[in-house]
Amino acid sequence: MTPVTAEMPKVVDRQGPSGTHRLFAAGNDAGLAEHVQTFGALPLHGVDARLIDVVEASGLTGRGGAAFASWRKIAATVDARSGAPLERKPVVIANGAEGEPLSFKDKALLAHAPHLVIDGLLTAARAVSGGQLFIYATDAGLPAVERALAQRHDSRSIRLVAAPETFISGEASAVVNGIANGPALPTDHRRRLSESGFKGRPTLVLNVETLAHMALIARYGSAWFRTEGSDRDPGTRLVSVSGPAGDRLLEVAGDAGLGDVLSSADIDTSSIQAVLVGGYHGRWVRPMGYRLSPTGPASHTVRPGAGVVHALPDSVCGLETTAQIVGYLANESAKQCGPCMYGLPAMARVLNSLAYGGRDPQLVRELGRLSRMVTGRGACHHPDGAAQLVGSALEAFSAEVAAHLAGTCTKRMGRRS
Amino acid sequence: MSETLHIDWTRCDGRGLCTELLPTLLDRDDWGYPLAKRATNGDRSNVAVRPAHSEAAREAVYLCPKMALSLANQVAGFGQ
Ligand code: SF4
Ligand code: SF4
Repeated sequence: MTPVTAEMPKVVDRQGPSGTHRLFAAGNDAGLAEHVQTFGALPLHGVDARLIDVVEASGLTGRGGAAFASWRKIAATVDARSGAPLERKPVVIANGAEGEPLSFKDKALLAHAPHLVIDGLLTAARAVSGGQLFIYATDAGLPAVERALAQRHDSRSIRLVAAPETFISGEASAVVNGIANGPALPTDHRRRLSESGFKGRPTLVLNVETLAHMALIARYGSAWFRTEGSDRDPGTRLVSVSGPAGDRLLEVAGDAGLGDVLSSADIDTSSIQAVLVGGYHGRWVRPMGYRLSPTGPASHTVRPGAGVVHALPDSVCGLETTAQIVGYLANESAKQCGPCMYGLPAMARVLNSLAYGGRDPQLVRELGRLSRMVTGRGACHHPDGAAQLVGSALEAFSAEVAAHLAGTCTKRMGRRS
Repeated sequence: MSETLHIDWTRCDGRGLCTELLPTLLDRDDWGYPLAKRATNGDRSNVAVRPAHSEAAREAVYLCPKMALSLANQVAGFGQ
């Protein structure tokens, strides 16, 4: 074995894009020609397991929500592969299911930069000596990828699989289950996917944006990746911003200020009462001094999850909004696990009551009790995500909770006066 | 040697046989599903089993009608 070095041989003799405009640097609807012209050809023959060290040095974390260190996932897959018979070559899956209703960045990425995602998938596959490769996305994302695959000759091993439009379909074990067996439902996590995933093979599931970053890291190295962002959150990330002014897709530096993200999306922060960060499994925060980073103290940082920022205008009741979301989450439970199947509807009922006129102070305590009861008790983190959302709503909207319990509503009164 | 009792929530139907066999480890929640009395590192799907309860835990694994329970870190049967 040759000794491991932290950088692979430089094959691409050009600079990576400067600034935060990286993933869409080849422009809208980028075809193969624009892609190669912008980024250079993918140095695939130079890629092997040493990529793990490069990705580790880059500090890249998963952009699908959990922000797990990407190099660890790749390394675990390589470990599971060594010693395994040849027919157990790892399976690598590009996950673009994006079930989160407030997220649209993966669809945009697949539509406008499909070649970067394909490059990333081929790169990851080389690093783990992968066999079968899949791109998993909803119908909206597939046509552009299909066109992109038809333009190139290095990607014949990639199969496209349609993901259903459900909230939970992008959970990693649901992705594997959906591709292997049909129903996109999470499976029990007793064994890691890296050891035993698709048909019992070592399986690496990476979000499509994560793969796109990896395609650039393979070209320009880890130091380039770290020229944006901070030490605790290097690189850039896509952010789906939604709110009263409509939807905006941004690519921002890691560790970005929440207020800056909002103003980049032309949202007037003075008309915003709270922001939901991280999506329906995320956290309500108010006002805007937070930074978006997967790590850091909760008092100053908020985890971006899959890069979701949703601004709540002053005129809307945050408790009503949260009650609607929890109702949706209860509906989207895959109804496999008792605590999730019964607990989420119970939470939704109590929160509804609090949002729409209930005045019993026990309602708040009951929400806390149910949240604690469901947390950590499902095959996936759906109950945990719902519980986190509810807890953050009770905190961020504590004034509204007090008003509701006293029989008023800060918003309705505001409207009346 | 410490063991953990893993609950596969996708299988468990919440009739509560295990909670009867392991009353020191498991409560029932509002709907009858097993609820770890103490969570190690917040993990409530893998319940720590002390040696004193090892026998009862094994019985629960064996008797669970849904095969929803399993023990991890069992004493290695082969090799050592
Ligand atoms: S926790 Fe809920 S959403 Fe997750 S697998 Fe179980 S029932 Fe489905
Ligand atoms: S005995 Fe099995 S099915 Fe019954 S509650 Fe316990 S784990 Fe669930």
